[in-house]
Amino acid sequence: MIAQLTVIERQRAILISVAVAICGGLIVIVGRGDPMGIHGALIFLVAFLMIFRIGANYYTPAPSEDRLASYYDDPSKVGIVLSMAWAVIGLAVGDWVAWQLAYPDLTFGQAWSSFGRLRPVHTTSVIFGFGGNALIATSFYVMQRTSRARLPDQVTPWFVVFGYNLFCLLAVTGYLMGVTQSKEYAEPEWYTDLWLVVVWVTYFVLYLRTLARRKEPHIYVSNWYYMAFILVVAILHIVNNLAVPVSLGHAKSYSAFSGVQDAMTQWWYGHNAVAFFLTAGFLGMMYYFLPMRAGRPIYSYRMSIISFWGITFFYMWAGSHHLHFTALPQWVQTLGMTFSLMLLIPSWASAGNVLLTLNGAWDKVRDDATLRFMMVAGVFYGLTTFEGSFMAIRSVNSLSHYTDWTIGHVHAGALGWVAMITFGSIYACVPWLWKRERMYSPRLVEAHFWLALSGSVIYVFAMWNSGIVQGLMWRTYNESGTLAYSFVDTLIAMHPYYIARAVGGLLFLIGGCLGAYNIWMTIRVPGASASRTSDVPEPAVVGAGALQAAE
Amino acid sequence: MGVEQQDRDSYTGYLTTGHEWGGGLKELNTPVPRVLYFFLTLAFLFSVGYWVLMPAWPLGVTYTKGLLGIDQRKLVAASLHEAALERSVWSRRIETEDFAEIQSDPGLMNVVRETGRTLFGNNCAACHGVDAKGGPGFPNLTTTSWLWGGKPEEIFNTIRVGVNSAHPDTHVSQMPAFGHDQMLARQDVLKVASFVYSLSHPDAKDIDPARVEPGKALFAANCVACHGSDAKGNPEVGAPNLTDRYWIYGGDFDTIDTTVWGGRQGHMPTWEDRLSKLDRKILTLYVVDKRMVGP
Repeated sequence: MIAQLTVIERQRAILISVAVAICGGLIVIVGRGDPMGIHGALIFLVAFLMIFRIGANYYTPAPSEDRLASYYDDPSKVGIVLSMAWAVIGLAVGDWVAWQLAYPDLTFGQAWSSFGRLRPVHTTSVIFGFGGNALIATSFYVMQRTSRARLPDQVTPWFVVFGYNLFCLLAVTGYLMGVTQSKEYAEPEWYTDLWLVVVWVTYFVLYLRTLARRKEPHIYVSNWYYMAFILVVAILHIVNNLAVPVSLGHAKSYSAFSGVQDAMTQWWYGHNAVAFFLTAGFLGMMYYFLPMRAGRPIYSYRMSIISFWGITFFYMWAGSHHLHFTALPQWVQTLGMTFSLMLLIPSWASAGNVLLTLNGAWDKVRDDATLRFMMVAGVFYGLTTFEGSFMAIRSVNSLSHYTDWTIGHVHAGALGWVAMITFGSIYACVPWLWKRERMYSPRLVEAHFWLALSGSVIYVFAMWNSGIVQGLMWRTYNESGTLAYSFVDTLIAMHPYYIARAVGGLLFLIGGCLGAYNIWMTIRVPGASASRTSDVPEPAVVGAGALQAAE
Repeated sequence: MGVEQQDRDSYTGYLTTGHEWGGGLKELNTPVPRVLYFFLTLAFLFSVGYWVLMPAWPLGVTYTKGLLGIDQRKLVAASLHEAALERSVWSRRIETEDFAEIQSDPGLMNVVRETGRTLFGNNCAACHGVDAKGGPGFPNLTTTSWLWGGKPEEIFNTIRVGVNSAHPDTHVSQMPAFGHDQMLARQDVLKVASFVYSLSHPDAKDIDPARVEPGKALFAANCVACHGSDAKGNPEVGAPNLTDRYWIYGGDFDTIDTTVWGGRQGHMPTWEDRLSKLDRKILTLYVVDKRMVGP
């Protein structure tokens, strides 16, 4: 890794690490006696390790100019490994909290292991750790190839990868100490948020710099999606996290918004995090890896354009459907609902475009679990976007809101769509990146696929049942005209579904562990790599290789 | 674009955009299916219709109210009013009639059992349990042993003001920490605890009889003010009966010892601001009813 850096780049990397270490040291001093001080020590430690790593290799010979003839993939490799590590952590904690909901004593009486602290550890680990790292890693990979341009320098991508993971680490360790600003999917406190702003703006500028160097006249559709993801997440993150800290030495801050404005800002953020983090970015992934793996052209360039602009335009309005029947003025709810309905059309256009791309390659879908991961992701994307628009209708929402149906919906998207497309893309990408013939074990990929699919289906069906039972019990009246069920009655009714959900999550977790093992072994065990020297994947060869392996 | 040549996909027969993105990645120039425009138009027209009928677009300080004149606040208020009207056939009677009258009416008592179960489950069960049998620290409500009186009027008042609560008329009750605050020596605490234990366990063999007799004297000197000379408690100050088999914190020797040593100060919230008078009355009757059919 460090041998690839020029001397100047090594110096810059050390300089940046020293600056980060100084910041960490300052935070230790001003934040002593507060969880913030512990975070300062963590930042200092990470930066110190970084300085040590670079310093130890400082005098290795400078790389030759040859490196500039090929794409710079080391940050993508590290990003994928980190992504899988976060996946295992996030899925494991997720299943733990699922069991906690069925058996509350599984906190073992510790403050850090209470549901309220572990739940954001789960969501941050899977969304930002697993999803975010996969997005960063694949975006570097896809951007370079579809632009036929190397990353502009070799330090910035590392800053983005490591800086982003430092953010994830600060976020997750903060929750365990009780540091949170209680905004869903935006829990980290002000200093962690500020750090992410620095990292994220660097990421955006890096993307623009690479695009500016492109040798292609056009910008491939994946890059539009990745760009929209990076740009909009920056806007959302900055606006929703506007806050005033209690003091510079204290982790606690107060939001710039209050009351219903706060709720609206939060769900404008929350829903667009779903839109631009969990949808746009992963569509970018899908638009590259699915046609490459299938060896088929994208079904319709024109549909890509319509759905891209449809999704980016309509999603921005949809957030208020999270606040139906609340203090939010009804006209805002109306706009949220109608725009959510219109959003279905470009969403299905995307899903359709992707599935129609597979025409002429369905035999590969049958034989190749990697491509099947991506196909099923496309199907779940279609199902989930339909369900989302449906649930945004006010009368449907009056039944589904606050129930487990919402949890089921989110996980249909998160497990069925986001995780499946990520696993598919990683399985396609890992042999290309490490120049292997194929994955270490195609049978493990196959096993992972069925575990992931059955886990998702069990999870989603359990939560649909639980949510609808819960919603109906809440609105059932007895003959006297008063509520027929108490809250405890609904918990008793939901209990079996909670166990089923935790079992589904366990299957998904086992699949993720198999995937991590398989990827690790693919990296560790060098295969017959002599034939794979090209920098650009060859879809036909890869498809045939996987086909033979599965037979 | 000029250098790019026409390239037809052999499987679908469509032309590509004429561009290759590296690694063989191409896009077809397939026209957008008509059905997509159809549904996009349909969704848009539906939205326009909905905007015309419902509150929709902001206009500076106001917004378009919609032709239907629907307002979610008014809708909620109207349906709440309607529901209250439906319930008024029985709710008025429960509100106005006295406890004995309601108890003698099987129809009203059915309402109490139906509605009271949910009310109790949502408000009381967290401490007293779904079956109202309490648990360590929380009294069993199905017994005949009542700290603050078991008549419906007394229970109703307890629900209203709570125990050691923020209500100005709250029941106040404190069992002093005789050992911890050094009102009694350690040995004397053990003696009193032994005596109290013997009251509910007259045949117990596991206590030291030599402690019981001096314990009785200590009890007379320190405890009778609240618990009474017969140790049967006093509902005026919420002092429990120590001679029966019902215990709030536990009737084994160690727990009694802990109670005498460290004192107790229970808490029950006031429900006056949280539940309507009707709901509190239903809860009172529900609890009394539970006791009547209880063990």
